[in-house]
Amino acid sequence: MSTFLTILILFFVVTAIWQIVKIYDLTQVNTVTKDSSQIANDKDNKINGYLMLGFLIFIYVITIICFIRYGDFPLMSNSASVHGSKIDDLMMISMVLIFFVQTVTQFFLYYFAYKYKGQKGRKALFYSDNHKLEFLWTIIPAVVLTILITYGLLTWSDIMNVDQDEDPIVIELYAQQFNWKARYSGEDNALGKSNVRLIDIDRANILGLDEFDPNAQDDIITTELHLPVGKPVLFKMRSQDVLHSAYMPHFRAQMNCVPGMITQFGFTPSVTTVDMRKTPEMIEKILNINNIRAEKSKELQEKGEEVLDPYEFDYLLLCNKICGKSHYNMQMKIVVETQEEFDNWINQQTKFKNSLIAQK
Amino acid sequence: MSEYIEIDPKEDHGHHHKETFITKYIFSQDHKMIAKQYLITGVLFMGVIGILMSLLMRLQIAWPEEPNIIFEFFLGKWAPDGVMDADIYLALVTMHGTIMVFFVLTAGLSGTFSNLLIPLQLGARDMASGFLNMVSFWLFFLSTVIMVASIFVEAGPAAAGWTIYPPLSAVELAQGGSGLGMTLWLVSMAIFIASSLLGSLNYIVTVINLRTKGMTLTRMPLTIWAFFVTAIIGVISFPVLLSAALLLIMDRSFGTSFFLSDIFIQGEVLHYQGGSPVLFEHLFWFLGHPEVYIVLLPALGIASEVIATNSRKPIFGYKAMILSILAIAFLSTIVWGHHMFISGMNPFLGSVFTFTTLLIAIPSAVKAFNYITTLWKGNIQFNPAMLFSIGFVSTFITGGLTGIILGDSALDINLHDTYFVVAHFHLVMGISALYGLFSGVYHWFPMLFNRMLNKNLGYVHFWVTAICAYGVFFPMHFIGMAGLPRRYYTNSNFPLFDDLADTNKIITGFALVGGLIQIVFLYNFIHSMFYGKKSPQNPWKSNTLEWTASMKHIHGNWQGKIPEVFRWPYDYSKPGYEEDFVPQIRPMKKDEIEY
Repeated sequence: MSTFLTILILFFVVTAIWQIVKIYDLTQVNTVTKDSSQIANDKDNKINGYLMLGFLIFIYVITIICFIRYGDFPLMSNSASVHGSKIDDLMMISMVLIFFVQTVTQFFLYYFAYKYKGQKGRKALFYSDNHKLEFLWTIIPAVVLTILITYGLLTWSDIMNVDQDEDPIVIELYAQQFNWKARYSGEDNALGKSNVRLIDIDRANILGLDEFDPNAQDDIITTELHLPVGKPVLFKMRSQDVLHSAYMPHFRAQMNCVPGMITQFGFTPSVTTVDMRKTPEMIEKILNINNIRAEKSKELQEKGEEVLDPYEFDYLLLCNKICGKSHYNMQMKIVVETQEEFDNWINQQTKFKNSLIAQK
Repeated sequence: MSEYIEIDPKEDHGHHHKETFITKYIFSQDHKMIAKQYLITGVLFMGVIGILMSLLMRLQIAWPEEPNIIFEFFLGKWAPDGVMDADIYLALVTMHGTIMVFFVLTAGLSGTFSNLLIPLQLGARDMASGFLNMVSFWLFFLSTVIMVASIFVEAGPAAAGWTIYPPLSAVELAQGGSGLGMTLWLVSMAIFIASSLLGSLNYIVTVINLRTKGMTLTRMPLTIWAFFVTAIIGVISFPVLLSAALLLIMDRSFGTSFFLSDIFIQGEVLHYQGGSPVLFEHLFWFLGHPEVYIVLLPALGIASEVIATNSRKPIFGYKAMILSILAIAFLSTIVWGHHMFISGMNPFLGSVFTFTTLLIAIPSAVKAFNYITTLWKGNIQFNPAMLFSIGFVSTFITGGLTGIILGDSALDINLHDTYFVVAHFHLVMGISALYGLFSGVYHWFPMLFNRMLNKNLGYVHFWVTAICAYGVFFPMHFIGMAGLPRRYYTNSNFPLFDDLADTNKIITGFALVGGLIQIVFLYNFIHSMFYGKKSPQNPWKSNTLEWTASMKHIHGNWQGKIPEVFRWPYDYSKPGYEEDFVPQIRPMKKDEIEY
């Protein structure tokens, strides 16, 4: 269906181009003395002046369409972390500001272009300077930006400063081409020492933990990330091969994973997966996605291929730094749950000391 | 008109050595010929390759599952049965970025217009060193050949993104393209940088030393100011990229560990210890960000000249325009860290870079307002060049405004490396600079080839391009805000993004039309080069010096004496004059105030 629509749009655009060319041809024929100087004459100025106005309307229309279609910002209004709403507020303020400036300046640009389209014999106003005016439009952006910068910096330092007093759960996010692992620090809440040189695939020491480090004994390595709701988490990021980026859009969190160093990012998840699935925005979004998938499944069925499963929402960790061939499919499921559910889950996982395979 | 230099054969100072085909067309030391060489190699040849690559990417993004015969045609073994290889998608991303940023918009734009206009608008017979200028072009040509050759190597071209972050770019085990393809990429870029430095030094020396009598710094056209400052930023920042490239070559080929440490890949531990990829990011972006302005400033300069000429009005706030160019240039060298907010560097450093980055909005706003005021009460002549300049101001505003969001470190956390970024920089530096480039070509085509471009084809070219540019990049902001990461070969592994697939198809539709309409420009260019209408002496009734030079290209530009300059270049519609333009070579009347 959408393919058809696209072809239709393409067809209309091409037709529009053809028509425009034709109009130009006609205007050329009707000119009594054919002007072949290739320099704009009054007729060109008039046509292009009106087109300028038309283009201004086009910009406004495309803006309105985009806002109607995506204005609920499916990933901007329902953050799942405590700091997320601060980012969303700042984003909203910035968006309103640039929306205002964009609307006004584009209006003046295209309106002036239309209004003062050239006419033979008219003379422009010689107007080269106005210090008051220039001072005004230097100082206004300066003041507005000062406010924005201050607000932005306060938010930034608030997010990036990890408060150790809150006693966050320490979890390592471990990136490799092309999957993620999570390492929980266990009861001692301290991650054991690690180095890629200690990786021993045969013994299932896949993250290169120091097996003689007491802190490492109760570490737990998983392929799914579970987080208890309302509890601060401090992620320590590590990569074993190339740069990756741990991107958790629903939590407004992202940090690069850099081989040779440990990076960190902390946040507090505020909405469980189950609760998020029940929010009206998410219900609507998922319904929409499942309609699209159902339609696609029909097409696939006709071709005799496998149909798509209906989609159920889950938080995701994505790789967001180009990392090689399968960069586009490097993801890990995140589950936010109650403390009780989390404890149940973590107790079922194997501790590092028990997961090692004994040397032959 | 009397102020044009009459040809007086007795006073002919032009050089008259005998020229063969080789010295005239190939190893030419004449700045006008070198400008044409840059235009054809950098813009037309590389531009076609770059745009074609972007269309292949867009087709892949819109219809990821469907085999496409076009892929098979262009990519051969990389698209068996029309299914694009995931590695080659990343290679397309990388090469498209490299070619468009460096070859088309740096060498193509600066190379063409700095070479053409600096001597002509300053009243110089040629560049300070014609020989270095020639060497600069041929180094550029060599780097072009190597870069194009790298597309055809067995294991594929470089595919680590145009930013070539190690370890991905350094370790061959990480990616096929990080073998010979990346070696050629680095060699090509090293030569490219040498070429760019020679060119920039030449521009700087010429502007400082070879201005004609009366051409004070505050009488220089804004084009020259822009090219001059661009060259200075280039000289400051390109050497840093060269050192980064050299260190990366050492890491790759000689076993050093500048950027690499603790790597375990495909079952083996590599020997690297103690280096940091973050260091590379710093070095890369120390050039990488000024590079944005190396691309943008010439376009700003061209737009200033074209808007003033075609509005038949002086550019508003000439001195403020110069100051804002200088301010942008200065700030551009201290903001590179805004590409690295989440790279793992100290968050406090992020605060500093947020501060300096957002400051750039102030001089940029001044420029935008000044352009708009220049239009006010003008007598606007909609030549194709003018349309592109107005389009330039429009996309410069739209793209620039989202910079306020991305420059804010707190907001960058969630938008970094999403399509929001792609939309932002394509509008503000890609489309804007291309508009500046097109504007320059339409405006100075008569100067380059002594013929006129067809204006009606120019109008079609502009309006379709303008609609498509917004059609492509405006919705792209929104899919970025929905969290879609860039550089994904397909999004079908994420049902979460299924509702964005339609938008991606619409974007691809606009991209295809926008890409293909460039054929109209190409046709117009090539056709007019040979069969276009002969140009009159000063077709746009412009004040600047180049229109007093011989339209037929001669060595030395002016057949008689070099013209003297008596006024600034923006005396359009000045009261007291009958004509609506007063060329720089016309002496001031008694009691006339300069501006």
